[in-house]
Amino acid sequence: MAENVDARGLSCPQPVILTRAALEKLGSGEVSVKVDTMTQVHNCTRAAKKLGWQARYEEQGDVFTLTFEK
Amino acid sequence: MSKPNDFFATLAGIIVVGLVIGGLAATLQRIGNPANMGVCVACFTRDIAGALGLHRAGIVQYLRPEIPAFCLGSFLAALVFREFRPRTGSAPVIRFILGMFAMIGALIFLGCPWRAMLRLAGGDWNAILGIAGLIVGISIGVGFLRGGFNLGRSYPSRTVAGLVLPAVMFVLLILAVLYPQFGEDGRAALFRSAKGPGAASATVVASTLAGLVIGFLAQRTRFCTVGGIRDAILMRDFHLLSGVAAFLVAAFVMNVVYGQFHPGFTRGVSDAGEIINQPAAHTTHWLNFGGMILAGLSFTLAGGCPGRQVFLSGEGDGDAGLFVLGMLTGAAVAHNFMMVATQSTAPYILAIGLVLVMIIGFMGRERLAPAR
Repeated sequence: MAENVDARGLSCPQPVILTRAALEKLGSGEVSVKVDTMTQVHNCTRAAKKLGWQARYEEQGDVFTLTFEK
Repeated sequence: MSKPNDFFATLAGIIVVGLVIGGLAATLQRIGNPANMGVCVACFTRDIAGALGLHRAGIVQYLRPEIPAFCLGSFLAALVFREFRPRTGSAPVIRFILGMFAMIGALIFLGCPWRAMLRLAGGDWNAILGIAGLIVGISIGVGFLRGGFNLGRSYPSRTVAGLVLPAVMFVLLILAVLYPQFGEDGRAALFRSAKGPGAASATVVASTLAGLVIGFLAQRTRFCTVGGIRDAILMRDFHLLSGVAAFLVAAFVMNVVYGQFHPGFTRGVSDAGEIINQPAAHTTHWLNFGGMILAGLSFTLAGGCPGRQVFLSGEGDGDAGLFVLGMLTGAAVAHNFMMVATQSTAPYILAIGLVLVMIIGFMGRERLAPAR
């Protein structure tokens, strides 16, 4: 199972709300989240780690793609 | 592949920065800024509105260097750490209106969330009502967020769109340093209070340096007073709130050290039998409480506290920039139409503001469009 979230351009705390919703919906597996600021990379990573997910990210131009696994 | 490992993103990072900002705020009071107002984004933006002649309340007119320095400190941090990203397009006009009402609410209480903490740290117990109102307002905002409230996406924009607010702030900072006087009668181009809070200030150099340091550190840590309370309520995340708590503790400790802690709802009674209020404060509890409900709700819907909006504007967020301009306008409107503190129209604009911002909250609960 995999889930994709596009949280680009959203104000706090929307990216975290969407990320948490996706992680909780899936329970385990892989979730991919697109954001466009380092702030949201940190925020979403912190939220995911609290829920026990592993986190990493890649930067491509203006977009950061976070990958969460559990 | 990499992962975030920046010290400023850690819990220790935000606590250290909260301590530094709180200590600087108390120190600015010690060296001249108004009592319990070392840094207040609402009050200082209001003072700038006065300096520019947008309102004519003679005791609160001074082009405070702290606000432009906040923006420029954040701008510098964003450049150094490659986080300057010009972006706009997330309901800018609504953000402008939210900025206005956030300011109007804050001025009924007489302080933004930062100053609410500083007032508490100085022993002004009226701040308890303000902070309680702030928590209620943020809670209402969290209700809207849970119901799907959002202001839509912003999109990457031209570099110039992100540079406009920092450029305006740079001009303001130059003006604050020069404080130009021209005209045959020596008439000031900028207004400057001769008495009252607007006449109390640290030196331009001290205010500018403190502002730059705070702006830089806050950009790195995303320090946000409203976000702290919001995250704690919304998802039991205490990261940002830890920074706010550190800010409060540092300001309190330094106030005690400096002899600036004077507990009470008032400062006692004068020889003439008149009650002496806490500095730039009033004791009408329901207005302190209600004003901050309006402010807390408006800040939450806009995504952050007034300081955070200034810092975001420094890193290229044009929508946050419009929120800041909304605050500037709101301050002018509030003073021009007697809406401040316990003035005659404050209760009416408070009621109107709460209704209008709630309408924005209800109407903003729309599904997100897919990203372009």
